[in-house]
Amino acid sequence: MSEILDLTAAAAGAAVRSGELGASELFEFYRQRAQDDQLNAFTWVAEATPGEAAIDGPLSGVPLAVKDLFCTKGIVSQSGSRILEGFRPPYSATVVEQLENAGAPLFAKTNQDEFAMGSSNENSAFGPVFNPWDVTRVPGGSSGGSAAAVAAGSAPWALGTDTGGSIRQPASFCGIVGLKPTYGAVSRYGMIAFASSLDQAGVLTRDVTDAALLLSEMVGRDPRDSTSLEYPGSLVLPTGRDLSGIRLGVPEELTEGVEGIEPGVRAVFDDALRTAESMGATVETCRLPHAPHALSAYYLIAPAEASANLSRYDGVRFGLRVEGDGDLKEMYERTRSAGFGPEVKRRIMLGTYALSSGYYDAYYGRAQRVRTKIAEDFNTAFESFDFIVTPTSPSVAFKLGARTADPLAMYLSDYFTVPMSLAGIPAISIPAGLSEGLPVGLQIAGPAFSEQRILEAAYALEGAFAFDASGARRSGSK
Amino acid sequence: MTTSYEPVIGLEIHVQLSTKTKMFCACELSFGEQPNSRTCPVCLGMPGTLPVVNARAIDFGLLIGLALGSEIAPRSIFHRKNYFYPDLPKGYQISQFDIPLCLGGRLGEVAIHRVHLEEDAAKLTHQGTSGRINDADSSVVDFNRGGTPLVEIVTEPDIYSAAQAREWLTLLRTTLRQLGVSDVNMEEGSLRCDANISIRPVGETTLGTKTELKNMNSFRFIERGIDAEIARQVALVEAGQTVAQETLHFDPASGTLTSLRSKEDSHDYRYFPEPDLVPIVVTQAMLAQAHAALPELPAQRAQRFELDFALTAEIARMLAFRTELGDYFEAAVGSRDCDDPAAIASWVTGELVARLGDGDPGDSKVTPQALSKLVGLVSTKQLTSGAGKSVLDRLVADGGDPAAVMESEGLAAMDSGDELAEAVADAIAANPDAVAKLRDGKEQAIGALIGHVMRETKGRADGGEVTRLVREQLGL
Repeated sequence: MSEILDLTAAAAGAAVRSGELGASELFEFYRQRAQDDQLNAFTWVAEATPGEAAIDGPLSGVPLAVKDLFCTKGIVSQSGSRILEGFRPPYSATVVEQLENAGAPLFAKTNQDEFAMGSSNENSAFGPVFNPWDVTRVPGGSSGGSAAAVAAGSAPWALGTDTGGSIRQPASFCGIVGLKPTYGAVSRYGMIAFASSLDQAGVLTRDVTDAALLLSEMVGRDPRDSTSLEYPGSLVLPTGRDLSGIRLGVPEELTEGVEGIEPGVRAVFDDALRTAESMGATVETCRLPHAPHALSAYYLIAPAEASANLSRYDGVRFGLRVEGDGDLKEMYERTRSAGFGPEVKRRIMLGTYALSSGYYDAYYGRAQRVRTKIAEDFNTAFESFDFIVTPTSPSVAFKLGARTADPLAMYLSDYFTVPMSLAGIPAISIPAGLSEGLPVGLQIAGPAFSEQRILEAAYALEGAFAFDASGARRSGSK
Repeated sequence: MTTSYEPVIGLEIHVQLSTKTKMFCACELSFGEQPNSRTCPVCLGMPGTLPVVNARAIDFGLLIGLALGSEIAPRSIFHRKNYFYPDLPKGYQISQFDIPLCLGGRLGEVAIHRVHLEEDAAKLTHQGTSGRINDADSSVVDFNRGGTPLVEIVTEPDIYSAAQAREWLTLLRTTLRQLGVSDVNMEEGSLRCDANISIRPVGETTLGTKTELKNMNSFRFIERGIDAEIARQVALVEAGQTVAQETLHFDPASGTLTSLRSKEDSHDYRYFPEPDLVPIVVTQAMLAQAHAALPELPAQRAQRFELDFALTAEIARMLAFRTELGDYFEAAVGSRDCDDPAAIASWVTGELVARLGDGDPGDSKVTPQALSKLVGLVSTKQLTSGAGKSVLDRLVADGGDPAAVMESEGLAAMDSGDELAEAVADAIAANPDAVAKLRDGKEQAIGALIGHVMRETKGRADGGEVTRLVREQLGL
């Protein structure tokens, strides 16, 4: 069935619509590949293929894998954590419902860093995920399972979430497309929260067209999420062929003299810029003066929100409970000690400290002021530039275990993605080339609600890069 | 010389709003349903769920703010108040913190500090003898109450006695009831009150160290609890000790105060802005709607009664602060059977309340029109006030028309004709001692003669007329 494997989701949908391919056949093909997955990319795979389902929706029956942290009615939703092991919510996330209604049936759930806290997928309670390009390397995180599954061809497309880079960085490491929309463009209802003011659902796909197609069925206001917004206009499949008149800004603060940016990554990035220029774009240095402080601000704001979001895992109503010999506080302590992994505990402690009386202004308050400054920096930059471009991550996929002992080194993989998260603006990562045989992503960020323009530019560049990911698709599944 | 102390009291009142649904989800409010039958993933704090603000609760908050004369914040926000407890499913309570919906204001003599919106906790029941969670055999949680909309009203430290606290709470309760925003029932917990109490030497202007008296569930217990705490603080200070900042519980059965926690154990709630909610923006249209929905409030009504009906401030407040008395009074005045509203007010607040207690006169057998007629008969001297009280007794017991009762009981006032003159002559003949004293200038002695006439006439005689006739017949 190699011809199915080579179809993008949009192409597979077209084949279903034209009758060349049965929706059940397509579902069964991916269900089987997911069953046979060797990368530990999945936490749940459908046991059977449904009968010929209605494929009226615009997504034409192309099955969907979603990150574990999306609640799925009656199906385990564990957010990569022991504390939610076996948790089957009685409701589905709004996006999952939207996509099922649009004709993308759920067929699998993907592994992730616990509560989306991580950049390598090594923080999952259900074990690490392996990179289909090189199984001794990480797929990135936290949406590592989704990225590896799409890259390995064991899912046609997948949902992920991005808080500080959790879609873009694994997309970059796995050589696929990952798009984080504008904060508020997609409902967060039913997404198990990490950091509420930053979490955003997005897509991981083989190409830019698939990203546009999937995202077009996700955006819009949800009455169950007060922070969601009416999406201005609608998204259509991109057709962009060149970049004439497009002004690209390369932030000086994020690219000049940044420690840890690999020369191979820099080289692919520079090549990408030259390609863009050859397609009519102008490339200039821009300023984001506060961006170097983004990581520090992020590692106060996100843990602070997480420390509250994770308080509900107390053993009282659902999930893991370890009895405390009749003492309530002991039950709390034992449950949370056993249920949370070390990175989650680290961030709960960081966040609790940052919000503590007497420290709030110095930490959380100051981080929020930095966040405002970063958003203002972007606004200023977008007066002169259409997009800000950076490498998606300073490195290619690193070896399993290489950074687990050094949280700060791990946090640095999100150096280029966190500023956009803090500003709430949309950004895409597309594969731009290889370094040491591993994919390097290009990040394109635009103003709030500029997804269509980002997709057009990414589509044009994708055509020029002609990145070949077929090799990874042949690995990873039996 | 002993110093005398003045208590200073501030109140924090939690009011459950009588909206149809909960503060942040679509569950209907619970009134004694099966435990955990009015819950959903949102109010159970399940993973991935999000709160959505109940617009009606904001409207109710605005009504309360306007009624208390608060300044309405054009933009207010919610915070998370973090602490672990099984009655708090998310591990934080969504509450307003530094930017509440309403700031300042005043009700009666007491200044308001702020009014804010929040959600109620669930209800815990501990099985076992101690009633405390850690010694309980088991504890169960009913989440029906969890997420009920609450308004917290915080006063300035502007109250100076337990009695004043109780009286003011009565006014607040009537005001909230009039607004239609809450059942305001203390026994059922829809109105809950904490008191912050300190004492200081009379004449001192700075505040002493305060203690907080938690969750008293009746007006009577509030008054007793505050009095007990004031006495405890005065005794401490007089013994040369200092008052420690702590939270206390008053046990109405034993009258004792026990410490719940000291300042050192107080929580660090780690407040921060709730990222799942957007700010509450109060539009001109919302304000206009709230203004239009604002009924006449007890304090305004009292003022109107004073001005329109020439009532004393005290009587006007007695009527206005008990909505049902005010309504009854207005109905009685409106029936036009008596053109003396002050007399009607006096009968309602005096004789009628004495007979009905806390009961609603609207539910009694005495219609407002009957009372009005009765007062009319007394004012026009067709009935003496003593006989009027007898008629009222009959009306309370059996209802009916006061004139008919007067006729059937033979209670009509005697005119000053021959019958009364005869009765006075009889009284003079029967009380020679009193007559002698009266002639000696001992004016009080006339009482015996009047009493004799009243007894003989069953109270139908007019006291003034009897006095006049006694003096006339004795040539005084």
